[in-house]
Amino acid sequence: MVKLFLHLRPYRWYLVVAILVLFGQSIADLFLPTLMAEIVNNGMMKGDTGYIWKYGSYMLVVVLVISICSIIASFLSSIIGMSFGRDVRDRVFSRIESYSLHEFDKIGTASLITRTTNDIIQVQNLVIMGLRFIVYAPIMSVGGIIMAYSKDKQLTLLLVVALPLMMFLIGRLATVVVPLFKAMQVKLDQVNLVLRENLTGIRVIRAFNRLDRENKRFKAANRDLADNAIRVNKIMAVMHPLMMLIMNLTTVAIIWFGGHRISQDMMQVGDMMAFIQYAMMVMFSIVMVTIMFVMLPRAQASAIRINEVLDIEPGIVDPPQTIKTGGRTGVVQFQDVNFSYPGAELPAVSNVSFTASPGEVTAIIGGTGAGKSTLVNLIPRFYDVSGGSVLVDGVDVRQIKQKELRARIGFVPQQPVLFSGTISENIRYGKAEATDQEVAHAAEIAQAGEFIAGMKDGYESMISQGGTNLSGGQKQRLSIARALVRQPGIYILDDSFSALDYKTDARLRAALRNETAASTVIIVAQRVGTVMDADRIIVLEEGRVAGMGRHRELLESCRVYREIVSSQLSEEEIA
Amino acid sequence: MSEQRTQQPVRPGRGGRHGSRMPVEKARNFKGTIKRLTDYLKTEKYSFIAVFFLAIASTVFSIVGPKIMGMATTKLAEGVLARYSYYTQLHTAIQENMPAAVIDELQRQPIPGFDFEYVGKILLLLAALYLISSLFSFIMGYIMSSVSQNTVYRMRNDVKDKLDRLPLKYFDQRSYGEILSRVTNDMDNIATTLQQSLTQLITSFVTVIGILIMMLSISPLLTLIAMFTLPASLLITLRITRRSQKYFAEQQKYVGEINGHVEEMYAGHKIVKVFGREEDSIEKFREINDRLYQAGWKAQFMSGIIFPALNFISNVGYVFTCVVGGLLVAQKKIEIGDIQAFIQYTRSFTHPIIQVANIANVLQSTAASAERVFEILDEEEEIPDRENARVIRFPRGRIKFEHVKFGYKEDELLMKDLSIDVQEGSTIAIVGPTGAGKTTLVNLIMRFYEVQGGCITVDGVDIRDMKRGDLRTMFGMVLQDTWLFNGAIRENIAYGREGATEEEIIRASKAANADHFIKTLPDGYDTVLNEEASNISQGQKQLLTIARAILADPAVLILDEATSSIDTRTEILIKQAMTNLMKGRTSFVIAHRLSTIRDAGLILVMNDGAIIEQGSHDGLLAQGGFYAELYNSQFAGATA
Repeated sequence: MVKLFLHLRPYRWYLVVAILVLFGQSIADLFLPTLMAEIVNNGMMKGDTGYIWKYGSYMLVVVLVISICSIIASFLSSIIGMSFGRDVRDRVFSRIESYSLHEFDKIGTASLITRTTNDIIQVQNLVIMGLRFIVYAPIMSVGGIIMAYSKDKQLTLLLVVALPLMMFLIGRLATVVVPLFKAMQVKLDQVNLVLRENLTGIRVIRAFNRLDRENKRFKAANRDLADNAIRVNKIMAVMHPLMMLIMNLTTVAIIWFGGHRISQDMMQVGDMMAFIQYAMMVMFSIVMVTIMFVMLPRAQASAIRINEVLDIEPGIVDPPQTIKTGGRTGVVQFQDVNFSYPGAELPAVSNVSFTASPGEVTAIIGGTGAGKSTLVNLIPRFYDVSGGSVLVDGVDVRQIKQKELRARIGFVPQQPVLFSGTISENIRYGKAEATDQEVAHAAEIAQAGEFIAGMKDGYESMISQGGTNLSGGQKQRLSIARALVRQPGIYILDDSFSALDYKTDARLRAALRNETAASTVIIVAQRVGTVMDADRIIVLEEGRVAGMGRHRELLESCRVYREIVSSQLSEEEIA
Repeated sequence: MSEQRTQQPVRPGRGGRHGSRMPVEKARNFKGTIKRLTDYLKTEKYSFIAVFFLAIASTVFSIVGPKIMGMATTKLAEGVLARYSYYTQLHTAIQENMPAAVIDELQRQPIPGFDFEYVGKILLLLAALYLISSLFSFIMGYIMSSVSQNTVYRMRNDVKDKLDRLPLKYFDQRSYGEILSRVTNDMDNIATTLQQSLTQLITSFVTVIGILIMMLSISPLLTLIAMFTLPASLLITLRITRRSQKYFAEQQKYVGEINGHVEEMYAGHKIVKVFGREEDSIEKFREINDRLYQAGWKAQFMSGIIFPALNFISNVGYVFTCVVGGLLVAQKKIEIGDIQAFIQYTRSFTHPIIQVANIANVLQSTAASAERVFEILDEEEEIPDRENARVIRFPRGRIKFEHVKFGYKEDELLMKDLSIDVQEGSTIAIVGPTGAGKTTLVNLIMRFYEVQGGCITVDGVDIRDMKRGDLRTMFGMVLQDTWLFNGAIRENIAYGREGATEEEIIRASKAANADHFIKTLPDGYDTVLNEEASNISQGQKQLLTIARAILADPAVLILDEATSSIDTRTEILIKQAMTNLMKGRTSFVIAHRLSTIRDAGLILVMNDGAIIEQGSHDGLLAQGGFYAELYNSQFAGATA
């Protein structure tokens, strides 16, 4: 937490001023009851109206000071808190953008999102609230006790009993309530989970006629949640009246004992009234401080998670000296490449060597987990090899500037990710300065022109976040168009036709063939039909090359390939 | 059928809960919704009546407190004054050299004491009042905690029951996130209102009125002064709130934008990297972040000064009370204890007023939430099952479509006149491009949707004459989106049939070729599938769903072949398992694999919702029509 607060450095002078102002405010706040005591003792009791007017105007001045101070404090705390939030958010986002896939996978997308959004808001709120209360409340409680003490020493003994009692009770209740609060979130998630499963599996549930069972599950989760909430509420129902009771009884005690002090001429009536007000100030402040302490662990957890993100250094960075590759060629070379995911027992890719040249189509086929996607992920340097080297145009990818390397690659991922925005914006993501013709051309090749034309706004149609208003096949085609518009030297197509129907698939492959004639094309595929015409088929099994060659050669020489083929095609088609 | 519906981010900022901060979402029909909500609470009416009276009692008892406390102070002050006047008299007597007899007389008089018996009685009374007040307040909170939660519990169950009766059509039009948000967020909002705001409303009203009465009873003049602070407080709250709401709305908007951007960029991290767009992404982030900052600090500042501003007014009122009250006491018009009480009253006046002022917002946002919940409850339900529904005891599996008309939208017919006759025990392959209506066919047989014309019969019985449950138990489904739930593998397979024995489960898994891989998992059949079932592969999931279907032992099978993402070994296993499953049953296969298509007894070629060709593989190829074209485009390379 402290480490994160180092980000407050640029605002340290604001911070100093804020604390000074808050200090001033609390002193002024504490001064008020004393002034009132003076009015009671010397004005009211003695009937001195002049005195009352005089001290009344002093009080007004103090009140004005309080308000000015608190407005300044509010201004400063808002500026400091929000600036802090903005800076940390910016730093976290920039850091995460620099992560390689490895660091990204380590924490996970969902968690990274919460860390960038909720966690930071959590800490930011703590800073704002903290400046308003954490600084103010302790000054008030300490100052209040001092002032009370100055009014009457012995009466202060009452506070020695009441305050610890109160702190103990709040602390006690907090230890019971906080876990229940945490459980609340878990139980709410459970209700959400069951309901979500019910929504996603609605067809299966209805098909298997299991509504009753699901209902029972839901009701159990629901009951659990409600019971937990009732428990929390019941404890809270104790908390509030109890606090009020302690405060009220303390007041009663102050009057009783204060009365005796007055009768012994040890105290004045006005001082007793002031004492009561001080006692109340202290108690409210103590409640505030305790609530803060309950809030703190949550913000602390967030702070730890944020720091974790900031502490991770991106594993893949540009070398100090980069080598420029030549013009637009695009020879991809794997030299005895080994790669293991960190912590994995077995390498995901081992001893892979091949060369893919412009004008050639290299296909990679194999079962799930064979290392196909991993292999192609090494080309744009999403990961660094553990052994051997990947070269583009004769230069090791680790020596090329990442930006330059990737600018030469048209990558089509397995999951077609699109961004919210228009269709043309999405295609232009591949090449920002592409002309309308280029965009349209890329879309035509990717067999997307037809459905785009069918949309109401054509190329200006909006894609919703996550592309939910498009079908899987449509998304895949746009994702291909996005790569095509770059006119890159190297195409990497990672199982990119899976959601297309046969006809579109075939048409697309035919169109691609012309378009990519001068480029190096690397295709990862599951369907034999997709890879059969390739210039080179690499058969992967458990990260190793089980065979390499053309369709016919492999049919004769490679057992694994034959298995794959026979599972998909019938005898006569293989022949 | 398998289109992904991503969860929408939870709607930002349901208003009201945070008091004066958030912009309030308004219900369209406020009155009606509140009335319905009240109806909902009717079963708990006795609790509400109890809470109502407890709230009043608790507040009244605590309001009398300061006044009574003031009496004690007055008595003390009287004691002080009496002694003061005694000493003054004595002092003057001595100073003025009065006769010794007078001084003696004075000295012989008892020094005026303090009436501690009276003070003690008052304080005891006070302690008792506070105790009772706290007790009532506790009982009130205690009752309310169950009432509110149980009401929401009932509501949630009602919504779930309702969802079970809604046709699939309803779910097609909505994102899951939206429905979920109604069941959780909106319900939560209602619960909090019931729990806190309702009692707050009562206590605040009673407090304001009670304090007013007490104030008037002490001094109408002071009350008048205190009253001046009232409109000022209200005015300030309203003015600042209006401005801060504007900024909060903006802040909320930018938080939404920034969350959206972050989600998108992280989800597409790979794409951002490979297209070298990190800087663009950061730049856009900074832009939104800065706007968020601008709106954010203003919102924080505005909401931050409400309290000081009100405090200022309350303090000014305090000062004037002290001054004017002091003058009144000095003129012996009122007692000193009354001033003490009055100060306490003015201090506890502002808070309930803010709450009362805010109650409109809270009710608005609650009504908006309740309205969204009621919206679900008001949706049109499925046609209920027939009373005297027909039961097919031994289904054979002959299925007929007769002149079926259907469209997902009323005015856009997908199927105009579809007729099929499927003999029992045969395998039907359905092929065709995406959107041709293959899945629709399945949806109609299962009666997930209602036909708009014509009819579908199973063994000669119109499916509308059967109970949905009975109809569906005749079918087994293996779909591409393999729905599995968060539970043990054993439970997931047992889903196929209620009360299946361990033996049957294992037998089904063996027949589905799933037994082997299940045994290799860390906990075997007890392995718990995680939320996204990502701890097993796609292919393994499919095997589990096949096992589930085998266990169900249905008369008719509906299979949707996987298109991709499954490794070849598993694919062979799946194929074998499916063949096992299809033996002796009527099977509909949405086919992607040539071998399946060729082995099918009948191939239905669908396009645009119509069966455009049907027949055997060879027959269709010979026709040289749509099927032949489709076949050539996919498998031509293979035969060449």
